[in-house]
Amino acid sequence: MNVFDIIGPVMIGPSSSHTAGAARIGKTAALLLDSPAVKADILFHGSFAKTYKGHGTDKAVVGGILGMDPWDSGIRTSLETARETGLSVTIHTGTIDNAHPNTVLITLTDKTGHAISVQGASVGGGNIEITKINGMEVCFTGQHTTLIVTHQDVPGTIADVTGLVAAHQTNICNFRLNRQEKGGTAIMTIEMDSDFDKGLLSKIQALPAVHSAILMKLS
Amino acid sequence: MKLTYHSVEELVFAASSSGKKISQIVLEQQAEDMELSLSQVYQSMDKNFEVMLESVEGGMDKNLKSSSGLSGGSAAKMKEAVDQGRNHYGRLFGTALSMALAVAEYNSSMGRIVAAPTAGSCGVLPAALISVMKEYKIPRETIVMSLFTASAIGMVIARCASISGAEGGCQAEVGSASAMAAAALCEIFDGTPDMVSHSCAIALKNILGLVCDPVAGLVEVPCVKRNAMGVTNAFTASELALAGITSTIPADEVIGAMKRIGQQMSSSLKETAEGGLAATPTGCRLCRQIFGEEN
Repeated sequence: MNVFDIIGPVMIGPSSSHTAGAARIGKTAALLLDSPAVKADILFHGSFAKTYKGHGTDKAVVGGILGMDPWDSGIRTSLETARETGLSVTIHTGTIDNAHPNTVLITLTDKTGHAISVQGASVGGGNIEITKINGMEVCFTGQHTTLIVTHQDVPGTIADVTGLVAAHQTNICNFRLNRQEKGGTAIMTIEMDSDFDKGLLSKIQALPAVHSAILMKLS
Repeated sequence: MKLTYHSVEELVFAASSSGKKISQIVLEQQAEDMELSLSQVYQSMDKNFEVMLESVEGGMDKNLKSSSGLSGGSAAKMKEAVDQGRNHYGRLFGTALSMALAVAEYNSSMGRIVAAPTAGSCGVLPAALISVMKEYKIPRETIVMSLFTASAIGMVIARCASISGAEGGCQAEVGSASAMAAAALCEIFDGTPDMVSHSCAIALKNILGLVCDPVAGLVEVPCVKRNAMGVTNAFTASELALAGITSTIPADEVIGAMKRIGQQMSSSLKETAEGGLAATPTGCRLCRQIFGEEN
């Protein structure tokens, strides 16, 4: 904790969890899609479902999907901006099992039809936790440089990926693996203490068992 | 000595024994911890202060309305009363009230604010500091420095109790904000580190037990007006402390009491909109009006 956790963050009101955190989850989903979204399907759960209209949570999530940070005044008019820039937005409310009260599930599609679904919770003070990607459990906050690797569950893949990270003198502060079934699709989330270059990312993407690898960090 | 922000006493001791202001030692240690220069850390705080100034300005718009329609426009009314000399407790008092309302209403209407320490309590510090800055023509640097003292108090409260309404009720939000503002004001008016500690303790004591009961779960009713109360609480506490009046219960024990009160408070009174003002007939009617019958 430092002084700027107390006097800060600078954010668009009214609520750090219902606007600032929501914008961060939206931005994370857009970073994970890794190409401009043309369609956004947003499902609000719990307190988000109950109060999103009064808090402007919809505007915050859409602003985030459009790349806005929690302090961007453009959040106020993000729904109009989405219309102008050709992002079609659908909002639903519903129940997501075993989810934190401030949870949103965002499904983004780009113009080639490539889609990603990202479930995240706003856990207080504008902090977030991404809990699922494409239905698979993950756990990261976006505060660290994060590497998300989707791969085939075959022996040696973790060693190959972490070996490349280690060779770049990068320290891992959190590692998590989740797989659908033995030998099936698996997802690694690796949070790191420092940034690393895109050259390393392309080496990871070139590994035989890796389907996709994305590197992201929230500002 | 290395600050750990685990007690107000530690801050007072570090400042008194080095003959520096609390703000100065906090700035120095933060720069060291963040591996930045003093001026980089100071400039970041100055930027946040600029956002506070903009939010006071932005919130004075008489046409401001939140999306729920529950708040907006009261800062402009208060300012008009002050400008026309119709308020009763002096220009500084009225101006501070209007500024607290302005920032809180700007927050409700999706304006850009600085959480201090939270969005729900964002009006207290800017109102306290900017109103005295204008009234007494205090240099901006003195005001920005006082924000380091305010944040040190906030860090101690966050570590030892809570700054979240969901955990500690409104005492943790507007209470923490007014204790932070009381400490900052005390330092601005040349109070000793010991007086800063008493100022913080008095402000917190005055607001212990205040529940968080927002109508419809929105940061509007009663939050906006509680921000106005928060700034007057900061004035009261700093004025008493600067006159040499001490708190019988030391600041750290008050913070401990605040934590226990937060734990003892029913969850219906901690931001869930199930009790207090949220559960009044009018509160329930407004909730239905905003979100429809199913709520």
